[in-house]
Amino acid sequence: MPRRNDLHRILIAGSGPIVIGQGCEFDYSGTQAAKALRADGYQVVLVNSNPATIMTDPDLADRTYVEPLTLPYLEEIIRRERPDALLSTVGGQTGLNLSVELAEAGVLERYGVELIGARIDAIKKAEDRLLFKDAMRRIGLETPQSHLVTSPRDGLDFAESIGYPCILRPSFTLGGTGGGIAYNREELVEILERGLFLSPVHEVLIEESALGWKEFELEAMRDLADNCIIVCPIENFDPMGVHTGDSITVAPAQTLTDREYQMMRDAAIRCLREIGVDTGGSNVQFAINPHNGRMVIIEMNPRVSRSSALASKATGFPIAKIAARLAVGYRLDEIRNDITRQTPACFEPTIDYVVVKIPKWAFEKFPGADPSLGTQMKSVGEVMAIGRTFKEALSKGMRSLETGRAFGSEKFDKELIGQKLITPTPDRLNYIRFAMAAGYTVAEICELTSIDRWFLEQIKEVVDFEAGLAGPAGAPSHDTLRRAKRYGISDVQLAQAWGMEEIAVRERRKELGVRAVFSRVDTCAAEFESFTPYLYSCYESSCEADARDGRKVVILGSGPNRIGQGIEFDYCCCHASFALQEMGVESIMVNCNPETVSTDYDTSDRLYFEPLTLENVLNICDTEKPGGVIVQFGGQTPLNLALPLKRLGVPIIGTDPENIDLAEDRQLFGKLLDSLGIRCPANGTATSVEEACAVARRIGYPVLVRPSYVLGGRAMVIAYDEEMVRQYMREAVSFSQDRPVLVDRFLEDATEVDVDALSDGDGVLIAGIMEHIEEAGVHSGDSSCVLPAQSLAETAVRAIEEYTVRLARALHVVGLMNVQYAIQNGTLYVLEVNPRASRTVPYVSKATGVPLPKIAVGLMCGRKLTDYTHLTGGRVSGTLAVPQTFVKSPVFPFNKFPGVDPVLGPEMRSTGEVMGVGVNFGEAFLKAQISAGSPLPEKGMVFISVNDRHKPEAVKVAQSFAALGFRLVATRGTAAALRNAGLTCKTVFKVNEGRPNAVDLLKGGAIQLAIYTTTGGPAFHDEKAIRRSAVTYRVPCVTTMSGARAAADAVAAKLRDPIRVWSLQEIHAQKTVA
Amino acid sequence: MNSAILALEDGTVFEGRSFGAPAERSGEVVFNTALTGYQEVFTDPSYSGQIVILTNPQIGNYGTNAADNEAAHPYIEGLVVREFSAMASNWRSDTEANAFLTQAGIPVVDDLDTRALVRHLRTRGVMRGVLSATEKDAAKLVEKARAIPSMTGLDLASRVSTAERYEWTRPLDRCSPSELLSPAPEVRYHVVAYDFGIKQNILRRLVQVGCRVTVVPSLTSAEDALALHPDGIFLSNGPGDPEPLHTQVANIRKLIGRKPIFGICLGHQLLGLACGGKTYKLKFGHRGANHPVRNEVTARVEITSHNHGFAVDPDSLNLNELEITHTNLNDGTLEGFRHRSHAMFCVQYHPEAAPGPHDSHYLFDDFVRLMGGK
Repeated sequence: MPRRNDLHRILIAGSGPIVIGQGCEFDYSGTQAAKALRADGYQVVLVNSNPATIMTDPDLADRTYVEPLTLPYLEEIIRRERPDALLSTVGGQTGLNLSVELAEAGVLERYGVELIGARIDAIKKAEDRLLFKDAMRRIGLETPQSHLVTSPRDGLDFAESIGYPCILRPSFTLGGTGGGIAYNREELVEILERGLFLSPVHEVLIEESALGWKEFELEAMRDLADNCIIVCPIENFDPMGVHTGDSITVAPAQTLTDREYQMMRDAAIRCLREIGVDTGGSNVQFAINPHNGRMVIIEMNPRVSRSSALASKATGFPIAKIAARLAVGYRLDEIRNDITRQTPACFEPTIDYVVVKIPKWAFEKFPGADPSLGTQMKSVGEVMAIGRTFKEALSKGMRSLETGRAFGSEKFDKELIGQKLITPTPDRLNYIRFAMAAGYTVAEICELTSIDRWFLEQIKEVVDFEAGLAGPAGAPSHDTLRRAKRYGISDVQLAQAWGMEEIAVRERRKELGVRAVFSRVDTCAAEFESFTPYLYSCYESSCEADARDGRKVVILGSGPNRIGQGIEFDYCCCHASFALQEMGVESIMVNCNPETVSTDYDTSDRLYFEPLTLENVLNICDTEKPGGVIVQFGGQTPLNLALPLKRLGVPIIGTDPENIDLAEDRQLFGKLLDSLGIRCPANGTATSVEEACAVARRIGYPVLVRPSYVLGGRAMVIAYDEEMVRQYMREAVSFSQDRPVLVDRFLEDATEVDVDALSDGDGVLIAGIMEHIEEAGVHSGDSSCVLPAQSLAETAVRAIEEYTVRLARALHVVGLMNVQYAIQNGTLYVLEVNPRASRTVPYVSKATGVPLPKIAVGLMCGRKLTDYTHLTGGRVSGTLAVPQTFVKSPVFPFNKFPGVDPVLGPEMRSTGEVMGVGVNFGEAFLKAQISAGSPLPEKGMVFISVNDRHKPEAVKVAQSFAALGFRLVATRGTAAALRNAGLTCKTVFKVNEGRPNAVDLLKGGAIQLAIYTTTGGPAFHDEKAIRRSAVTYRVPCVTTMSGARAAADAVAAKLRDPIRVWSLQEIHAQKTVA
Repeated sequence: MNSAILALEDGTVFEGRSFGAPAERSGEVVFNTALTGYQEVFTDPSYSGQIVILTNPQIGNYGTNAADNEAAHPYIEGLVVREFSAMASNWRSDTEANAFLTQAGIPVVDDLDTRALVRHLRTRGVMRGVLSATEKDAAKLVEKARAIPSMTGLDLASRVSTAERYEWTRPLDRCSPSELLSPAPEVRYHVVAYDFGIKQNILRRLVQVGCRVTVVPSLTSAEDALALHPDGIFLSNGPGDPEPLHTQVANIRKLIGRKPIFGICLGHQLLGLACGGKTYKLKFGHRGANHPVRNEVTARVEITSHNHGFAVDPDSLNLNELEITHTNLNDGTLEGFRHRSHAMFCVQYHPEAAPGPHDSHYLFDDFVRLMGGK
């Protein structure tokens, strides 16, 4: 059953913005699918609202649409493009749901589009809990006892019959959103009500609890000829009760005998057949009662999933790529295994190492959020580590997390051990280690955590070994060093234990011949020769790196996704790699994030799946001896390594790390700005509480306080008085370590501007001048922004260009640079300069049609801007043209953290971004809002409550909404202002005034849009209450006046403009010709 | 921690930690790539005469249990792993892996670079070796390795075969209340199984499809076998080289056409020889649970369990008489054939799995159908 020749044009729907539960693993799967289909001669039409993805790069598809993933826009794309088929299985839950919607709305039928990958009935059978349960019963598989309810009453009745605790799972939500574990009636009602609301079909499954059971996942594939394989069995370290996305997971499964594993394998294959997944990959989850082996099937995803990305990286078997090929008719035995070349893809990978995935959370960003882990996923990223043993992989994984704290230096509270072991939180793994050191036995910890004894025993062996290390070692012996390294213990930790410097430990062990070697991930445990250098370090006897001579450059990736450092940097790293290859330079990628495209063995010439620490990078450099190392594309992670690497003689290419450092050094940078005649907000640095207060007094409140060297505004606040400064200094010190705290005058009501520029050391080309829609003070990553700038005066633009050129030259920037400016009352201030790739690089690349990272890499390798005129439309200076209007908007995870105040501020909290394209600002902003999941209303009631400063502006906005047919309701002061201006407006109480208040109206569904600005000081209770209710009841809530103006423009566009879409290729066609 | 040494005939030496019995054993050093099923490997008589490297680095994790044995005791000569677990965690485990092997006198070495060892064997081919927890002089061990008789030309099957005829009626036990296992049907057929080193899961699988099995010694004559009035003859797996098994081959030749015959692994090789074919030694054999085999009749691919160092040369078969039914997709080797005019078929791989996927269980049903005259 070879390739289908009746299909020519295939539509791939991506998964949209990065949100919790749907990360960049779907960029990986979509990219693989697009590449595989095009390589097979199909035309690919791709749609995704997320501009930071590699899949939306115009080079990867024939037609690329960055448009909202909603029915009307998809229909328009289908109408224009007339694809023969829609591939439903590589775009995560979003892509799958969208496919169902398109099928059910008759769009696919109307335009003759065939759904490939998973058929609609299969999707339904897998996704609809009731149908799934019936299907499993038919094939003799047990599911936990469960009942689908649509009302709290039914829910209570059923819960009483199966007993507490029980699990609640809303139908058709992402990453378990709205689900939970109820231990009593009260919790049941609370979770159930929320779940019924969040489920698009208002159904919640109540399920018997298998808490504490062993949890497993099998990644299965099936082709049209009914050949089935299991790519990888994965065992969860955390037992049932913790969402698999929040669990530490291990591959291969460790604690099942062959009989038990084969029982599970048989069940997974039966499940695929019964559900009717004809082609592609599926993920099947099981729970096993550790006392008697009873097995239940938990769920199956009839599509490529987060775990498939993990399984692909863990084994070297590219699930998404093969799923795409199966969808167009190939059989598994007709596809070759890329790694061994001679054997087919129709086999089951076997591995001779252990893989551990550890999630990364961001609770520090969401004060007030419940950090306990349950059925709803809360992590924002993950790392994967490969080691020869579980011990080694786990240690490497923990190091890859970049917690900012040295391993072993954590502070624990002995009193909390019991509680921390029983209730899973991000701290649990550390507490297990701590409990062991404190004398808890494996049996005790097993009882408290239900984690399998085998895993605990492995940890215990390492903890015991570490205990024996303490104290000055004299000269550590070969055997001790070898054992330590084989357990995965870092040089940093050894240095700490022995009171040595990290580099001294390194030198000592190299003297003794304890060196890292590299083994290959080859799908076959060395049974066949491998042709892909996909490598991990270990302390074994022979090295398979097989480094080649010739020009080569190492790219340091960005590590686990976190808020502030995500897919945008992976985009840059991948492009850097592609560009190097194009120039004939061998590209060597280093990263530890299994969700990314950069860790696809296909992306670079060589892939090192390693923690991004000094030790691991040095090991790679020792082996490869690269001509250059690129640190400016991976965000803060590689930048933190730049100077130490340089000092140890590693050749960093591009902007000198000393200059990158200079831009971060307040004093030196301040002097530089003075000498360049560039203004910045009054500022100072402080290393003590008193110093910080003194600086603040000198420059005047409000002030912005933050540690140096952070990304994403980590631990950044606006302080309005001394008390806030004091409180901040007490809490922030642990994050700033020996770096000083920065204190800046905060510019109120200023317009913020982000600039990305390219420089070859002489010439400077400004790639984009992005105007923020929210005022300065909202973190740039959390602010919507627009290209081209909409309201900047010509003189301001000139000044920005001028300053940017001066800065780039002064810092001798080679490659990319990002500058943040603020304009207050016509004065231009520099807020920050980052001589590196910024979060906005993919957005600017897509808006301008100019591949910034590609050019940047060329410049870093010695080329000049004049060598790239074919890509820049002839420009070597000035600012690149933007052919339409492009709005980038952030996406927030507040719905995952009930109770957290969703106000915007200087600390970044968005997880992802979307882009809207239009011929006018309103249209672009409207699309961005739709894509961000907060579509603006066409009619109804607008609630307005603003502080006095904003009243004149509020009147204008209210007039716009009134003119568009909206009714108005406002709190007393605002209502008075509106009435004075002749507007009709209802009055509603503030929360603390009486009832009915604004929150009551929100809950009652009377309000369709809320415009709410704070009083300037710390947020008050009722403001929080309004924002929280808006999130819970999914009412768009605007918290800045500029945002409100933009919303009015967007609503006007919605009422005025038709649904229209443009592919990036069309938009940028002219430039390609020129 | 005591150390142990693995020395190969080509002078390669690896040292690691000693587990299992503090003994010295020698044999052909081979590797198995299955992720699960180490206990089945330990107890598979086909590993007689072999020191086994397991590529899965974590071995012993789930202990051992009485139900998963493939024979009454372990048959491997020695075990080589990356990390051997001192403890066992599984609801069915009754004995830790270390105790299990110690009791059987089998030495284990861990903490050595098994991947380097496998890559070495992959390039150089399997070779003889000695695993010793008692001798510290590596050079002496290398000498000993060179003195081991080669496996080629030895009748190992008769050494591991049962001495006495016995009946087998036990079906599979459930490993979990959730295991889907239909109860064994009423006995419809009597099978005489030649034991060349038979795995018990073959016997359980035969019972599972309605057979009563009489297991007979390797050198049982065709006449004696037929005198038991079987409905079918089964030829089992077993260790070593099929070529020197002239008596067995002669007996089998007499049975072809008399009764329906099903052969697995060594049984398949002997059928190949009986039908006039030739066998040869593979460079490093097939041992694992992930080999893709295409059924040439249905065009479906099965993921199969393997354990063999020799193979039947397909070019040596008379294809007018025989039909190739199964082919290995990794290296194109012959995996199964059947007779065009007689009720006889065989496979090189292990449809009984244990360890490995169950994709090929249908072959037992095929055997039953053949005995039923279909």
